[in-house]
Amino acid sequence: MNILAIDTSTYTLSIGLSDGDTMLAEQVTNVKKNHSVRVMPAIESLMNEVEMRPDELDKIIVANGPGSYTGVRIGVTIAKTLAWTLQIPITAVSGLASLAASAPLIQGLVCPIFDARRGQVFTGLYRLSNGFVETVKEDRNIPIVDWCHELIEMDEPVLFVGQESVLHEKVIAELMGSAAAFAGNSVPYTRPAALISLGQSAQHQDPAVVIPNYARLAEAEAKWLESNAKKDKSSE
Amino acid sequence: MMKKDTFVFGIETSCDETAASIIKNGTEIVSNVVSSQIESHKRFGGVVPEIASRHHVEQIVSVFEETLKQADLTFQEIDAIAVTKGPGLVGALLVGVNAAKAIAFAHGIPLIGVHHIAGHIYANRLVKEMSFPLLSLVVSGGHTELVYMKEHGSFEVIGETRDDAAGEAYDKVARTLHLPYPGGPHIDRLAAEGQDTYALPRIWLDEGSYDFSFSGLKSAVINTVHNAEQRGEEINPVNLAASFQASVVEVLTEKTVRAAKEYNVKQVLLAGGVAANKGLRSSLEQAFINMDQLELIIPPISLCTDNAAMIAAAGTVLFEQGKRDGLDMNGHPGLDIEQF
Ligand SMILES: [Zn+2]
Repeated sequence: MNILAIDTSTYTLSIGLSDGDTMLAEQVTNVKKNHSVRVMPAIESLMNEVEMRPDELDKIIVANGPGSYTGVRIGVTIAKTLAWTLQIPITAVSGLASLAASAPLIQGLVCPIFDARRGQVFTGLYRLSNGFVETVKEDRNIPIVDWCHELIEMDEPVLFVGQESVLHEKVIAELMGSAAAFAGNSVPYTRPAALISLGQSAQHQDPAVVIPNYARLAEAEAKWLESNAKKDKSSE
Repeated sequence: MMKKDTFVFGIETSCDETAASIIKNGTEIVSNVVSSQIESHKRFGGVVPEIASRHHVEQIVSVFEETLKQADLTFQEIDAIAVTKGPGLVGALLVGVNAAKAIAFAHGIPLIGVHHIAGHIYANRLVKEMSFPLLSLVVSGGHTELVYMKEHGSFEVIGETRDDAAGEAYDKVARTLHLPYPGGPHIDRLAAEGQDTYALPRIWLDEGSYDFSFSGLKSAVINTVHNAEQRGEEINPVNLAASFQASVVEVLTEKTVRAAKEYNVKQVLLAGGVAANKGLRSSLEQAFINMDQLELIIPPISLCTDNAAMIAAAGTVLFEQGKRDGLDMNGHPGLDIEQF
């Protein structure tokens, strides 16, 4: 069961290869460079390294967001096209869940953070226990302040993971006090092995219907809905 | 021995059509699938790049599937993957480019990046074999160019718009006349009923220039509407559409005829989405009717608007010329046709 895993939903490029039991290779680069240029050559060179041909792949796992719109689309496009044309199963998993699952040997609530600018984050809440990852609060796009208020209600310690959580550390610490802990550089990004282990336990999907989860409307659409809601109100 | 047939799989996602096609030997359409997004952009009055990109990633695999099914072929029988690498909306281009790379990698098929306008020009080869030298008038929402080709794969821009593309001017004028998006076909329809009564300017630019300019004409239309409103007069939208179209068509036709003579070409090809315009088609047909040594080719409307058959047709020529791209190919929103 040869598995290829791809995560390009942030500027980190994560690719992994597994034979289903053992990780064969991981490649992570954590620099701001062009995914469109780099993803396919990276997959090709990693597969060459472990001497695996494309037609020997049995499954594709992809992080389908949220994150950078363009980044998510590049990963999903490559993954679904590969799965379709090689006629192998595909599984899309949350990039945030994979980031949470990258925190090793943790028991308890883990909150992965991708920065979404202007005081907002892409985030969700997961409970890790004995290697299992359970969704406590679905992925969303939310102001960090509102999110902290929701987390305080949980009345339990929360471990924040992901390198971009640093950008919000001050606000979180102020609001949550000792209920918040930060993994910092020990869990900076998604480990391909975590993505693969999540994807292995999730359902297969039809490649044609695998789509990104942006967790946010396109700006034009949001504005259009807003102006229509106003029109509806004024016509009442 | 019989020469083996060449099959090229084309992909086009540069704007708001998700398209794929298979072309045999560069000239014959085996399958041609276009999934248009026009309905989802209508409410915004124009193409929204982020929404276009979202549709492409949702549609692309279904479009590929349908393209292979219609052709009854598999990738084992495909000789090359040709994809639009620019110009266009960058996010939209990247979906097609990365899908193309995935297929090329999965099956070890050569990969070829195609210039979108080269594609529009090569749509003509699906109608009639090209004979060189030739001249192509490319008119679309993003382009107004006169391109000279001395041979296959060689493109020299001898004239281009200095401001708005012709299609852009059509969309803006349509908005001024409160016509629904996309406005081009509505203006064309009104123009056929109206008279050229508004005496709008013809913008010729410098003596002998093959360049175009449509922003002055567009402003003249807007001013005409504005002034009428201020004086409390009614404008006649049918005649205004006819007057606008008459100006655009006259300038396009005159410059094309003059360039065709000066460059002594054997063929004149019409290309791009605005080539669907009936006024432009009939004006060019009239202008070239008595030039026996010169052939005017106008593709059917389905091949004028964005499609992937044209990309596969251009890609076939590049494939035969030995051009290849690597898995590090990128999308290029401002790609230059003379250099791609
Ligand atoms: Zn076009």
